[in-house]
Amino acid sequence: MIRNPKDLARYTAHERANHWVVGISFILLALSGLAFFHPAFFPLAQLFGGGTWARILHPYVGVLMAVSFLVLFFRFSALNAMTPADREWLSRVGEMVDGNDHDMPEQGKYNGGQKLMFWALALCMLLLVASGIVMWRAWFDVPVGVIRLGAVVHAATAAVMIALIFVHVYAAIWVKGTIRAMWYGTVTRAWAKQHHRAWYRQVTGKS
Amino acid sequence: MALQSLDITRRSATTTPAPSVRQTTEVAKLIDVSACIGCKACQAACMEWNDIRDEIGTCHGVYDNPMDLTAKSWTVMRYAEVEQDGRLEWLIRKDGCMHCADPGCLKACPAPGAILQYANGIVDFHEEHCIGCGYCITGCPFNIPRLSKEDGKAYKCSLCSDRVAVGQAPACIKACPTGALQFGAKEQMKHYAEERIHDLQSRGYQKAGLYDPPGVGGTHVMYVLHHADQPELYSRLPNDPGISPLVSLWKGVAKPLATLALAGVALGSLFHYVTKGPNEVSKELEDELEKEDAK
Ligand code: HEM
Ligand code: SF4
Repeated sequence: MIRNPKDLARYTAHERANHWVVGISFILLALSGLAFFHPAFFPLAQLFGGGTWARILHPYVGVLMAVSFLVLFFRFSALNAMTPADREWLSRVGEMVDGNDHDMPEQGKYNGGQKLMFWALALCMLLLVASGIVMWRAWFDVPVGVIRLGAVVHAATAAVMIALIFVHVYAAIWVKGTIRAMWYGTVTRAWAKQHHRAWYRQVTGKS
Repeated sequence: MALQSLDITRRSATTTPAPSVRQTTEVAKLIDVSACIGCKACQAACMEWNDIRDEIGTCHGVYDNPMDLTAKSWTVMRYAEVEQDGRLEWLIRKDGCMHCADPGCLKACPAPGAILQYANGIVDFHEEHCIGCGYCITGCPFNIPRLSKEDGKAYKCSLCSDRVAVGQAPACIKACPTGALQFGAKEQMKHYAEERIHDLQSRGYQKAGLYDPPGVGGTHVMYVLHHADQPELYSRLPNDPGISPLVSLWKGVAKPLATLALAGVALGSLFHYVTKGPNEVSKELEDELEKEDAK
């Protein structure tokens, strides 16, 4: 049943692999970064072989994530351009969260919430990369005032980004039939018709 | 260190009280800049007692040697030539950790137990717990700690905590030939400083005074300065040092609050799922498509 030939292709293998590299590096970054964030999380450093290893590895994983996110960004940015229909959708997001998605405005491949998430994550990535490089004493030596600002920006942005990713992951769990799009790249036609009707019509040519 | 560990006031990255049943007298090192001749005996004594040998550098045409603190030079003499009232003054300052009562290094440190503040006021780095992130440098208002290129750990003056623990004065104090370096109870050192300041004032240094900056809660290394109104003259000794507001923001209440907010988002999602139920593809749509297929 899973591999119905009539399922709709949503992501190519390259897109999925790209997304998973970003996802795995994000998890490693969040776990190692939180270890320095607050003493309550310091035990997480053990997952990386102790505090020193977590400190050494974190920025390199950051570079991996930055590069792979950049590729992902160029793959998907055009698809995430905001339209008036997205703004309309966003203004009524309360109904959606309430579980009542029947009269929501028709959505293309991505809905307004997904697009907003895309741009928010891109901004977070930019801030995290810039501030992370500033704090990276193994390679960079910048004035202490800049490092202090970088530390605040890095910690604050990391907290925001972790919260955004919680929402991102939860949305995928909540909307049944979504996660398979990232596993094997396809979704059912019914899923597409219900959640992204404009996209459904575009790829099937039906109404 | 078993005995010493009973009198810890603060421990880095630790949210429960440090073992502090034993109270000890607060100590201080007093550096009387007006009596220092810049001989660097203290620098040599520091190397010798702590058994550290910095790399042999090159002459930069000035007395400063080495030019800056390093992971292996925990104290350096800084020589400043300044003009005061049309006269040249050669102001020599022994630089090193100030052993702040409110230490920015300890506040910033994310590694539990890598930085300790003893009840006697000494701020000590325990390098075996250091992870090498350099946050102590980011936190310090005096630019003191240095990361070693060899082992990636941060080092600085320990105020000879090992000597002080057994009732000895720090090595630098022992070596000073002019009495410019004094060590004892902080109260006693303040009295001694008062006498010195009196003497300097009577000899024309109206602005002589003690450098024990309140912005960091006072320090356990204090200076007698002839120009206490202009500490910057002494190779940029900060005028009103304090932990940077950015560091306080970074290490303040925002983090526990952010942690709670993250927990809130995670729990909120869980409860959303169990109260609203999953968002499933509607049965009608599925049936509709099945009928279409059957045609
Ligand atoms: C290019 C990307 C990144 C670079 C270069 C980078 C670099 C750094 C550096 C140098 C530190 C200081 C600790 C250490 O030396 O290891 C740090 C801390 C941290 N990083 Fe990153 N990082 C990056 C991306 C991320 C991302 C995506 C997250 C999100 C989860 C993150 C979360 C954190 C956190 C929470 C801390 C602790 C901040 C604090 O002490 O308050 N980092 N990062
Ligand atoms: S001078 Fe710097 S390293 Fe020394 S106790 Fe103060 S903050 Fe820490």
